Amino acid sequence: MMNMQMQIRRTAAEEALLAGFAERAASLPGDARVAEKRAEAVELLKRGLPNRKIEAWHYTDLRRLLSVVPPFDPAAHAAPRAALLPGSAVLPVLNGIAGKADVPAGIAVASVTNELSDGTFAPLLGVNGADDAVGAINSAFAADGFAVEIPAGTALEQPIELQNVQVGGQVHTRFAVRAGEGAKATIVERQLGEGNALVSSVSHLEVGDGAEILWLILQEQPESAIHLGQMNVRIGRDAKLTLFVMNAGGKLVRQELRIVAAGEGAELRLRGVNLLSGGTHCDVTMMLDHAAPATTSTETIRNVVTGRAEGVFQGQIRVAREAQKTDAKMACNTLLLSDEGGFSTKPELEIFADDVACGHGATVTEIEPAHLFYLMARGIDEKTARGLLVKAFVAEVIEELENEPVVEMLEGKLDAWFAVHG
Amino acid sequence: MLEIRNLHARIAEDGTEILRGVNLSVKPGEVAAIMGPNGSGKSTLSYVLAGREDYEVTEGDILFKGESILEMDPAERAAAGIFLAFQYPMEIPGVATMEFLKVAMNAQRKARGLEEIKIPELLKRVRAAAEELNMDMAMLKRPLNVGFSGGEKKRAEILQMKLLEPALCVLDETDSGLDIDALKIVADGVNALRSPDRAVVVITHYQRLLDYIVPDSVHVLYKGRVVKSGEKELAQELEKNGYAGLIGEAA
Repeated sequence: MMNMQMQIRRTAAEEALLAGFAERAASLPGDARVAEKRAEAVELLKRGLPNRKIEAWHYTDLRRLLSVVPPFDPAAHAAPRAALLPGSAVLPVLNGIAGKADVPAGIAVASVTNELSDGTFAPLLGVNGADDAVGAINSAFAADGFAVEIPAGTALEQPIELQNVQVGGQVHTRFAVRAGEGAKATIVERQLGEGNALVSSVSHLEVGDGAEILWLILQEQPESAIHLGQMNVRIGRDAKLTLFVMNAGGKLVRQELRIVAAGEGAELRLRGVNLLSGGTHCDVTMMLDHAAPATTSTETIRNVVTGRAEGVFQGQIRVAREAQKTDAKMACNTLLLSDEGGFSTKPELEIFADDVACGHGATVTEIEPAHLFYLMARGIDEKTARGLLVKAFVAEVIEELENEPVVEMLEGKLDAWFAVHG
Repeated sequence: MLEIRNLHARIAEDGTEILRGVNLSVKPGEVAAIMGPNGSGKSTLSYVLAGREDYEVTEGDILFKGESILEMDPAERAAAGIFLAFQYPMEIPGVATMEFLKVAMNAQRKARGLEEIKIPELLKRVRAAAEELNMDMAMLKRPLNVGFSGGEKKRAEILQMKLLEPALCVLDETDSGLDIDALKIVADGVNALRSPDRAVVVITHYQRLLDYIVPDSVHVLYKGRVVKSGEKELAQELEKNGYAGLIGEAA
């Protein structure tokens, strides 16, 4: 009796994940090192999906919310999409399989399948702590994606668009981008499709010393899809990353941002826009580590909640003992347009250095009636006036990006969303 | 043009009665001044005319061009031709001023059965109006009223009024916060809009504005009613003797 372990009955989804792995393991690409990482990931899955008692998953009880895991659909065929930014090089992953890529001159692009097969991708697989369910699911099943190498000193004019397009079943994708010292690039990561898929997509970004990267994650899954995203970033010395995340779809969404400001003077600007409608549950969880001195970060998250949607933002900022002169400012503002919807914010600062400036704030508001009256008093009908005000609330964050084609493209996305949900 | 009949209105939230039987009639072409001490209900009257939801009309009626507007929302009233220049114009971050002007003009044009205005024509009109009001076009590149000084906000209100060409202009304390130069510019802007088919209601605490926008009639509002009406001399009398004498007379 003393040795009896608590046996929790597995959920249907947990069973399906494990059965899926047993079935597919032999056909997944990878050498022995990769197989070992996959096995490690599966060990974590055997312990069950995280529930609300696990702090990192408190607001997103994955065990309860991930109720169905669809089977793989090998026959599904997805087509690449036209790029969002003019002149982009498109690297499409079509229902989990890398498609034909446009390769910009001077850039090295490899398929993740090949890098798994020869083992070079193995170090990127695996789990990052016991709570890393997204990493575990993806590491177990990831079969393809793209690995991109931007050489040192390259200022890439042409934006790169990473597409992860799903048409159903399960899709587990990896993207890895290494920007060398002093490189500059704009990268768009699109997560979209039309199936009832379970998607996991894990990205890696290495921002070399002095490099400047603008990375946009645009998640526009259909209302029926489950999206588990994870971005792992390391920012080098005096390097700058602007990371823009837009969630505008999905039934259950978890987007993790695991970021290390690793080099002295590294700078992060995180901007997030969550447009939540219907019955969506969307969780953006950031774990930022200021690991070097004089690193700066600003995080601004704007959320619009309609219908029965539930949103979550967890912002964890850790400032290491040696990271003196760190400056971090985090804000999460929500416009709640429905009594049935909700948004939970959890800022968490862990500061081990003594000479730092860190601040955070969160607000939940409704449309300001005085603003609405002012616009209507100029003849603008109520629906249009509300639309203008809601759009204004998020447009502020977009305009800050100060990159004309990007701002224009994102405002187009906003307009499209408001046309349907506004 | 405007006919206010026995208008009673209260604050929706707590039921406090502010207007207690206002009667007022303004003809096309007329400039009517409404004066009164603080708390007499001047601003409430302007908000009730524009249709602000914070106030409830409990009795009486407001007729605009012969028809009751009580059932109309603020946007419908504006489209019908009523313009309120706010005492405290709202700063609205994220709404670009030019975009706002375009949407507002087109909303009103649509309601009046006119075609949408083309961007070059819009720019031309805005530029001309801004010039007359001595406003820098660079200001209009900012979000709506954001970072504008008090005087700039008032000018921006008159700019909107010029562009929207209302039939009834209601100016709520437009003189407050203006220095004398800005006051003249704003008054010139209003005077330029005077026309036989447009009426103007100037709400003000002080006579000063009425030196520049000379009214045809002056009405004194006190405790939610018009207690005295007269011609422009009434304003000067009030300036000289204050409201006290008149209020005594009314009470």
